[in-house]
Amino acid sequence: MHIHRYEKIWLLVGGVIVVSFIVALFVNAFAMGMHPPSHMQTIDPKQVDATPPFDKPGVHKVGDNEYEAVMTAFVFGFNPPQIEVPAGSKVTFISTSKDVVHGFEIPGTNVNMMVEPGHVNKVTQTFNKPGEYLILCNEYCGAGHHMMMGKVIVK
Amino acid sequence: MTRVDERSSRLSLAYVLVAFAAFGLAAIFGALQGMDRGGVITMPSWLTYYQILTAHGVLMALVFTTFFIVGFLFSGIARTNGGSLTPAARRLGWTGFWMMLAGTLMGVVTILTNQASVLYTFYAPMKASPWFYVGAALLVVGSWVAGWGMFACYRAWRRAHPGQHSPLFMFAAVATMILWQICSVGVAAEVVLQLIPWAFGWVDTVNVVLSRTLFWLFGHPLVYFWLLPAYITWYVVMPKIIGGKVFSDAITRMVFVIFVVLSSPIGFHHQLMEPGIDEKWKFLHVALTLSIAIPSMITAFTMFATFETAGRAKGAKGLFGWFRHLPFRDARFFSMFLAMVWFVPAGIGGIINASNQLNAVVHNTIWVTGHFHLTVGTTVALTFFSVSYWLIPHLTGRKLTPVLNDLGKLQGFLWSIGMLFMSGSMHTLGLLGGPRRTAGTTYMNDPTALSWLPWHKLTAIGGGILLVAAMLQIAIVFYLTFKAPKGEEEYPIGEVAEEAEATPAILERWRVWVPVAVVLILVAYGYPIFEMIQNPPPGAPGIKTW
Repeated sequence: MHIHRYEKIWLLVGGVIVVSFIVALFVNAFAMGMHPPSHMQTIDPKQVDATPPFDKPGVHKVGDNEYEAVMTAFVFGFNPPQIEVPAGSKVTFISTSKDVVHGFEIPGTNVNMMVEPGHVNKVTQTFNKPGEYLILCNEYCGAGHHMMMGKVIVK
Repeated sequence: MTRVDERSSRLSLAYVLVAFAAFGLAAIFGALQGMDRGGVITMPSWLTYYQILTAHGVLMALVFTTFFIVGFLFSGIARTNGGSLTPAARRLGWTGFWMMLAGTLMGVVTILTNQASVLYTFYAPMKASPWFYVGAALLVVGSWVAGWGMFACYRAWRRAHPGQHSPLFMFAAVATMILWQICSVGVAAEVVLQLIPWAFGWVDTVNVVLSRTLFWLFGHPLVYFWLLPAYITWYVVMPKIIGGKVFSDAITRMVFVIFVVLSSPIGFHHQLMEPGIDEKWKFLHVALTLSIAIPSMITAFTMFATFETAGRAKGAKGLFGWFRHLPFRDARFFSMFLAMVWFVPAGIGGIINASNQLNAVVHNTIWVTGHFHLTVGTTVALTFFSVSYWLIPHLTGRKLTPVLNDLGKLQGFLWSIGMLFMSGSMHTLGLLGGPRRTAGTTYMNDPTALSWLPWHKLTAIGGGILLVAAMLQIAIVFYLTFKAPKGEEEYPIGEVAEEAEATPAILERWRVWVPVAVVLILVAYGYPIFEMIQNPPPGAPGIKTW
């Protein structure tokens, strides 16, 4: 099939752009470890409160300036609803749902993950600036979806 | 001039009118929802925000699009089949119509009685009335039956014309329905094997990650099912309207084949932020998703080539002289041209959404809502409006009058302005972190959420303009169906340029392309789905949370 010379040039330029996007994403993902939240551990949604680590929700110090925030999601809130960490700390949020699918998002950061019944999900973020950060549910979960929120206080 | 005969016209018109009835209702729900969110009105207790959000989504994204597409494709197949559908095609067409209509009514009744406020993505384990899922299944299976009618007509044409290439419209319509039938196997499996037994209470729990994966196996190709009929209009109808020729038969067929092959194995890019799917599989889908930008880039080239050759044939000079030769005064062209312009930011947004790292910023924010109001809500919808300006009078034996032509242009202009405000502020809000599918809230006066309020107001203004434009469109459809003066309106089908190259026979071999598409789906989904069934997460019981 004959292809017009201008179209060849256009497709070459476009193809190079697409390939360079894919290469950039590949390097970011596999060389720099910037993967989206994709945790594989499963959990029984009916037994969340009795299953570690969700039997002890809250912030746990795991290293210098490193914390794990274990937070369950349910209609229509997070437990605990509020956590506190010092400025400069690296926090890994660990969450699962006790009922339907929820979202876990902190506007202004890259924290954005799905929280689904049956699975544990994790995402890590470093908080350098002190202040109050809003946690919100960004996946429709029912009549009180717009009330579902939490806070991270960075001191 | 070939006319679509009366019996085929009646079938197409039935589909198109149901489509616009759903569109009008959905537009009102959309406006109510925007005013409720913006605090202008408060919903009564018997009609909640999420209920009308569900109605808006189901009626726009599933009912309006599917009915319009099936009706439009039937009309074009009849037109390129010498003016009529085969009796078998018509029978299957009507069977599909009544199944789809029954499914739609079941969906609308369960939504309006508040038994199914689960949005059009119906994510388990939110548990709607089983009749909502049965309705969804009927809508999809009904469209399959209609598609079989189109395949029957195509086969009859090929038998009658051995060794020839099928008419371009017929080929592209068949490609669209093949894509649709391949991909909707995913949602059919979800609804029939998982959700219906669970909603009736025959099984207790549901495998959530599997249900979402099957949904998105269908959910992304669904957007190409919306887009391809718009592409048919651009490739096949537009050249005739601007007084030019189809740039290349071969390139057109190639673009449709690429969409059939590549549109399905990419659904994980909707699930990038989810647990239970390995990041390497997600990356494979990201790479394939980006590669599907290629056929759209070919389309951009072909559209400009068609514009330019048509303009030059009319004596246009200079690099961009052809631009002035485009028939902007013709509503059939004007709305379509706006649709093409809007596809540029829409496509760029799609590339952003599909990139696994950028997605962390915009995932499930109202940016996504802004994005698909540009793609399906503007590019596809405006093209369908432009089609309605000639298709409906053609089917009813009436004429588009000059006044109606002006109103059509006004409609396209208002729709674009409304979307500029609404979709523009949705994109901005999303970048600031505003969530999608959320009723009006300030999160207990959180300063971040309060800072979003001006953008919410702009969204509402855009929505108000869109409501006016939508009602204008409904008025035009009503007039063209029942009131316009009797006459002949042309069904524009472009001819292929003489200098275009011959089309390779391989492009018409569905026996080759369908297996290629199936193999790619098996590669992209086979192992992850096998794992989800073999090592399932503990099941989730259903719950009604609205």
